Amino acid sequence: MSSSVSIRDLSLNFGAVSVLQHLDLEIADGEFLVLLGASGCGKSTLLNCIAGLLDISDGQIFIKGKNVTWEEPKDRGIGMVFQSYALYPQMTVEKNLSFGLQVAKVPQAEIDKRVARAAEILQIQPLLKRKPAELSGGQRQRVAIGRALVRDVDVFLFDEPLSNLDAKLRSELRVEIKRLHQSLKNTMIYVTHDQIEALTLADRIAVMKGGVIQQLADPMTIYGTPENLFVAGFIGSPSMNFFRGAIRQENGRSIVDVGGLAFDLSRYPARALLKAGQKVVLGVRPEHIRVDEPVEGFITHQAAVDIEEPMGADNLLWLNLAGQPISVRIAGQRRYAPKTPVTLGFDMATASLFDAETENRL
Amino acid sequence: MANPGSLAVTVAGADAMSDSLAGPRGRRPQRSLSGRNIMIYGTLAIAALYYLLPLYVMVVTSLKGMPEIRLGNIFAPPVEITFEPWAKAWASACTGLNCDGLSRGFWNSVRITIPSTVISIAIASINGYALANWRFKGSEIFFTILIVGAFIPYQVMIYPIVIVLREMGIYGTLTGLIIVHTIFGMPILTLLFRNYFVSLPEELFKAARIDGAGFWTIYLKIMLPMSLPIFVVAMILQITGIWNDFLFGVVFTRPEYYPMTVQLNNIVNSVQGVKEYNVNMAATILTGSVPLFVYFVSGRLFVRGIAAGAVKG
Amino acid sequence: MTGQTIARRPNQLFRNLNAKIASIPMILTAVVIFLGGTLWTVVYSFTNSKLLPRLSFVGLDQYERLWAATRWTVSITNLAIYGVLTLIFSLVIGFLLAALMDQKIRFENTFRTIFLYPFALSFIVTGLVWQWILNPEFGIQSVVRALGWTSFTFDPLYNADIVIYGILIAGLWQGTGLVMCLMLAGLRGIDGEIWKAARVDGIPTWKTYLFIVIPMMRAVFVTTLVIIASGIVRVYDLVVAQTSGGPGIASEVPAKYVYDYMFQAQNLGQGFAASTMMLVTVAIIIVPWAYLEFGGKKRG
Repeated sequence: MSSSVSIRDLSLNFGAVSVLQHLDLEIADGEFLVLLGASGCGKSTLLNCIAGLLDISDGQIFIKGKNVTWEEPKDRGIGMVFQSYALYPQMTVEKNLSFGLQVAKVPQAEIDKRVARAAEILQIQPLLKRKPAELSGGQRQRVAIGRALVRDVDVFLFDEPLSNLDAKLRSELRVEIKRLHQSLKNTMIYVTHDQIEALTLADRIAVMKGGVIQQLADPMTIYGTPENLFVAGFIGSPSMNFFRGAIRQENGRSIVDVGGLAFDLSRYPARALLKAGQKVVLGVRPEHIRVDEPVEGFITHQAAVDIEEPMGADNLLWLNLAGQPISVRIAGQRRYAPKTPVTLGFDMATASLFDAETENRL
Repeated sequence: MANPGSLAVTVAGADAMSDSLAGPRGRRPQRSLSGRNIMIYGTLAIAALYYLLPLYVMVVTSLKGMPEIRLGNIFAPPVEITFEPWAKAWASACTGLNCDGLSRGFWNSVRITIPSTVISIAIASINGYALANWRFKGSEIFFTILIVGAFIPYQVMIYPIVIVLREMGIYGTLTGLIIVHTIFGMPILTLLFRNYFVSLPEELFKAARIDGAGFWTIYLKIMLPMSLPIFVVAMILQITGIWNDFLFGVVFTRPEYYPMTVQLNNIVNSVQGVKEYNVNMAATILTGSVPLFVYFVSGRLFVRGIAAGAVKG
Repeated sequence: MTGQTIARRPNQLFRNLNAKIASIPMILTAVVIFLGGTLWTVVYSFTNSKLLPRLSFVGLDQYERLWAATRWTVSITNLAIYGVLTLIFSLVIGFLLAALMDQKIRFENTFRTIFLYPFALSFIVTGLVWQWILNPEFGIQSVVRALGWTSFTFDPLYNADIVIYGILIAGLWQGTGLVMCLMLAGLRGIDGEIWKAARVDGIPTWKTYLFIVIPMMRAVFVTTLVIIASGIVRVYDLVVAQTSGGPGIASEVPAKYVYDYMFQAQNLGQGFAASTMMLVTVAIIIVPWAYLEFGGKKRG
C-alpha cells in the first residue's frame, strides 16, 4: 500500500496558541479520509496546512512521496473545494474551470479537453456559459468540484463542501461525491462536522478534538468501539447513554455498579484487568437496548416510559434508569404510553466501558 | 477498505521512508518575503510621509520666528522655538477691521457647532425612528426626496434659504446658521439612524407595543438606550462637518458671527500688511485642532462614521 | 360600553399621528427646501434678476451669457480637469494603498490613522497648508533650489497653466484617505475562500486582484465614484483658501462663480443659471448611477 498523503509530526502555532500538536497521519492511495470534529477542533486548519494555505510551524507533509512542506499550493498536486464554493463571480462557469489552467499556460486544446471531461462527469455542460449567480447552490458546488477536477491532480481536498446547502441537496450531493470517488479513485480528504457525511462517505474517519486526532479508524469501528468517551459521545444520534459507576468484583466476575443497579461485564471484551473500586463510565447505544424482549445473556432492569418520540421508521423512548434519562431506539410500529413499566435488556457485548479518569476505553 | 481499524500512527515515521525524511521541514523559509515586504512597507512609508509632511510643516513653521522663516527652508526644524505666533494668532491677528485674533471665531464656532449638533441629531434620530418603525403613507417618498436632496449642490438651494431666513428675521444670526446646519445634516443623519433602527430586532418594538408603549415612550425608553454607539458616530460626523464648514458660515452670518474657518481664511488671505507665515500656520493648526482632536480620540468610530456617511442608500 | 359600537375606520390623517408630527422637520426640509428651493432657483434662472429676485422672464438669456463668459468656461474646464484627475488618482491611489494595507501588515492602525487624518481637516485648512508648501519663495521650490538646482521651477499656484494641478495635489491629500478606507472595507468584504481558491489555482496575486477581486468590488467602486464625484462638483472652499481663484481667473470653479455672482456681483440671474448648470452636472452623474443601483434591483 503506497501512501498518498503523509503527515509527519505536524505542529501549528499561532503565536503562543498551539492549534495542532505533533500530528501524524498516513493516507493511502485512493482512500477517502474524513476529518470530523466540532468547530474549532483544528480539522479545517489541518486541511489548509495540507493544501499549503497555512504555513506550518513544524513537521513535514508528503504528497505522492514528494516532500511538499515548502511548496506553493498550486505545486502540491491538490485540488480544493470550499464551503462557500469560492467561485469567481464575474466569470462564466467555463472560465471558472479554465482560468487556473490558462494562468498555468496549459495549451488551449488540453484545457478544452479537461473542461469538457469535468463538465461531462459532473453533468454541468448546459451551465458552462452561465455565471455563478445564475446557478443554484447544488450547481455551484458541482462547478467548484469541477474546478478541482480540471486540475488533474491526485488529491482532492474538501472543506465542508455541503454545509451551505439545504438538507435535501446535501444528501443528493453526498451520494454524488461518493459516486465520484468510486469512479475517479482519487485520494480525497474531506472535512466536515456532520457525522452522517463522515459515516457514509469515509473509508476512514479521523475524529479530532483540540488539535489532536482522537481516533482514526473505519466508520464501523469508530461507531462500534469508540476509543474514548469523546468519540463515543460525538458519534451517534441520539447520543450514547452513559452510566457512571464503579467496578465491583463478585465471584470472580466484574460488575459495574450504577447507583445500585448491577451490570455484569462477563460478556464485555475488556482490554485490561478491571480493578475493584475503579470509577468507570458505561456506554450503551440506544439501539443496543431491548425493550420487553428477553434475550439470553442480556442484563435486565426495570424502568418506566417517560415519553416517546415516534420518528416514522424508529420510535425513540425516553426512560428513567438509575435516576438519569436514557434513550432507547425501537421499531417504529411499537408504541408505548407514558408510565408503562418495561423490562430493558442490555447487551454488554456491544457496550463500551471507559475509565472515568482517563476517559479511555477499557 | 484501507487498513480498517489500524491507528496508522507512525511514531516517528522512521521505519517506512527514512530516506525521504530529509528535505524541507517546518515553517516555510521567508525567502522571497523580504523583497515583498520592502516593497509594501517602503511604499506605505513614502505615502505616509506625503500625508504627514503638511502637518509637520505647519507645526515647525508655527514655532519659528519670521526672520528664521525668511532665511531657512520650510522643512527645517525651528532653531529657536517661539510660541509668539500662537499667542498672536489666538488673540491679536487682524481680520479686516478688528484685531482680536481667532479667539472670536473659535467661540463663534463653538456656539454654532454645539447647538447645531444637538438639534440636528435630536431631529434626525426621531425622523429615522419614525421611518424605521412607524411608517406612514408617503413617509418613504419624503425620505427619498431627502436622500436625493443630499446630492443637490448647496449652491442651488442657498438663495431661497437666504430669502426664508430674511423673512423670519434671522438672516445673518447664529440662529439662522444653526437652522441651516440642521437642514443640511438631516439627509445623512436620518439615513444613519433609520438604517440603525431597522437593524434592531423588530420583536423588541412589537413587544413594547403590546405592552402598551406609544411613539415617544418606545423612543425614549427602548430605542435611545440601545443606540448610544450610533449617537456617538452621528456626533463625530456632525462636529467635524459643522466645524469645518466654510460656505454656510460665509453666506449666512454677519462678520461678527463668522465661524473659525471663515475667520482663518480672512486672516491668512488678507491682502493688507506683511504676511506673517508663522502666525498663519499657528492659526491654521488652531482651526484644525478641534476636528483632529475628535479624530484621534474617536479612532475606529470615526472610520465607522465616515463609512456610514459614505455608503448612502 | 355597549359592545355594539361599530368599529369605525379611524381617520387616515390621524393614524400614526405622533410619527407624522415627528416627521414634520423632515417633510419640511424635503419639500420646502430641497424640492421647493431647487425649483425656485431653476425658475428664477430664466429671469433677469439682478440685486433682488424678480419674476421677469428672459428665456435662456442668462444661460447664453453664462456660456459666453470666459470665466465660466474656465471654471468648467477646471472642474473637468480637476474632476477627471481626482477620480482617476484617488481611485488608483486609494485602491493601491488599500491593497497594501490588506497584506496582513503590522502597524495597520498607524498607517490608517496617518492616511485618513487629512480627511478630518477642513478644505480651508488643507488649502492654506498647501498654499504655504507650494509657496515658490519659501516652499518646495526654494528648498530644491537651495540644494543646488537653481533653475528648478515648481510654482503651480502662481502659474495660470498648471494652477489646477496645485489644487489637485491638495485635494488628493485631503480625500484619498477616505477612498482608501472605503476600498479597504470592500477588500475585507471579499470571501477569504476566494483568495484560497485562487492560490490553489496558482493565480498570481496581481492577477487575482485584477481579474477576480476588482470585478467583485464593482459596487464599492461605483459608490466611491459617486461620493468622489458629488464632492468634486461642490469644490469651493479649497480654491478660495488656496488661490482665491487666481492667478487672475485661472483656478475659478463653478461653485465659486455661483457664490460671486449671487453675493458679490449682485447678478442673481447669472448665479441661478450657473447653479442650475451645477445641478445638471450632478444629475448627469447621479441618474445613471441611481438607475443602475436601484432600477436594477427591482428587475433582478
